[in-house]
Amino acid sequence: MDDEPIVRWYWIGDHLGYLGNLLADHAVIALVPVLIGLLLAVPLGLACARFPRLYQPLSAVFNIVYALPSLAVFVVLIPYTGLATQATVMFPLTFYALAVLLPTTVDGLRAVPDSVRQAATAMGYGPWHRLTAVELPAAVPYLIAGLRVAAVSSISLASVGALVGRGGLGYLFVDGFQRTFPTPIVAGITLIAVLALAVDLLLVAARRLLAPWAVREQGAGS
Amino acid sequence: MNWLNWLSDFFSDPDHRSGPDSILHRVSEHLTLSGEALLYAALLAVPLGLLIGYTGRGVNVVTALAGAARALPTLGLVTLAVLLAGVGDTAVLFPLVALAAPPLLVAAVEGVRGTDPDVRDAARGIGLTHSQVLLQVCLPSAAPTLLAGFRTATVQVIATATVAAYVGLGGLGRYVIDGLATRQYAVTVGGALLVVLLAVGAQLFFALLARFALPPGVRAQRRAR
Repeated sequence: MDDEPIVRWYWIGDHLGYLGNLLADHAVIALVPVLIGLLLAVPLGLACARFPRLYQPLSAVFNIVYALPSLAVFVVLIPYTGLATQATVMFPLTFYALAVLLPTTVDGLRAVPDSVRQAATAMGYGPWHRLTAVELPAAVPYLIAGLRVAAVSSISLASVGALVGRGGLGYLFVDGFQRTFPTPIVAGITLIAVLALAVDLLLVAARRLLAPWAVREQGAGS
Repeated sequence: MNWLNWLSDFFSDPDHRSGPDSILHRVSEHLTLSGEALLYAALLAVPLGLLIGYTGRGVNVVTALAGAARALPTLGLVTLAVLLAGVGDTAVLFPLVALAAPPLLVAAVEGVRGTDPDVRDAARGIGLTHSQVLLQVCLPSAAPTLLAGFRTATVQVIATATVAAYVGLGGLGRYVIDGLATRQYAVTVGGALLVVLLAVGAQLFFALLARFALPPGVRAQRRAR
């Protein structure tokens, strides 16, 4: 270890294709759960905004879910979803994403001022039309703030999956550690940070596009 | 084999009752490591956050840094730190501190900034110095936010300290990693369950703390809301 440099550049040059494959695998493992989480968070959030009694117990449950150590959950799932499968890692990540997205969705829906809601009703919007044309768009800045947190955490958490055989770029950590060879580890950390940054910038751009009025506003949950 | 069998196997194993691999010893290792990480993170982040929140300078930098820190994979930092610094508590403490510091920093900044500006002005008006305003007015009013930050940081550190076992350190991660390596799911599941219990316990502890240990004025305010 003494004369081993932190990065051997030729290794990175030799393994570009390999790194690309791991990056793609990582993006799927980390981001598909966030998308599924979003698809689940919107209807659940709507239900919680409408029936506030539902929100208390649900948010308590998700508070606990968020506290579960990812490694432990991956391991517990192995007998059901298999060792080194994408499902073992993606299933818990979906719940982590949901735990972040549910409160932000509910906050977003609650943040619609009553006057706006009433104005929409007065203009003849039915409940469904009001939801899709007024309430959901108003919640978009909150949703995107939540998505930013969920996506970045998910990208970072997915690497722990390497310990159960499927962690995308996380495999580089295990590999580098076992060979006392820091280059793959540095490459992995860098690629994960770059992926997280890219997704974050994409979400910021999406907010500008979808909710231009909120650009100067502080989002929730970040 | 099912869950209950696994757990009863795990808890009845004599090795897990006393000695270096006992549950009590592993739990105390886990808590020591997590506690040290939280202590260092707090010493680093809380004073800095209070100052930044009070002066209002560098708030954007803090938010950006906290976001960036979330992207750092702990497993990567731990393995790299061990390769560079050798196996030891320091190698694992550094990534755990990096994990715990951002939420604490953000909480301190947000908490101080959330102090009612009128109250701050009034405190200045009756002759308090800046440091008195910060410590006697802003700090108590930031306490709930700060406590929430500690809760997040604690839960994350307890959950993540599991990874320390991968590089050969102790703690509850030992059960998870060793069980996985030797295909003894009973051990792995038992260890995982203990980590979960510890994390949930920490959440309850902070909920109780928020209830009983906050300054009376802040508690009254929260009830009124």
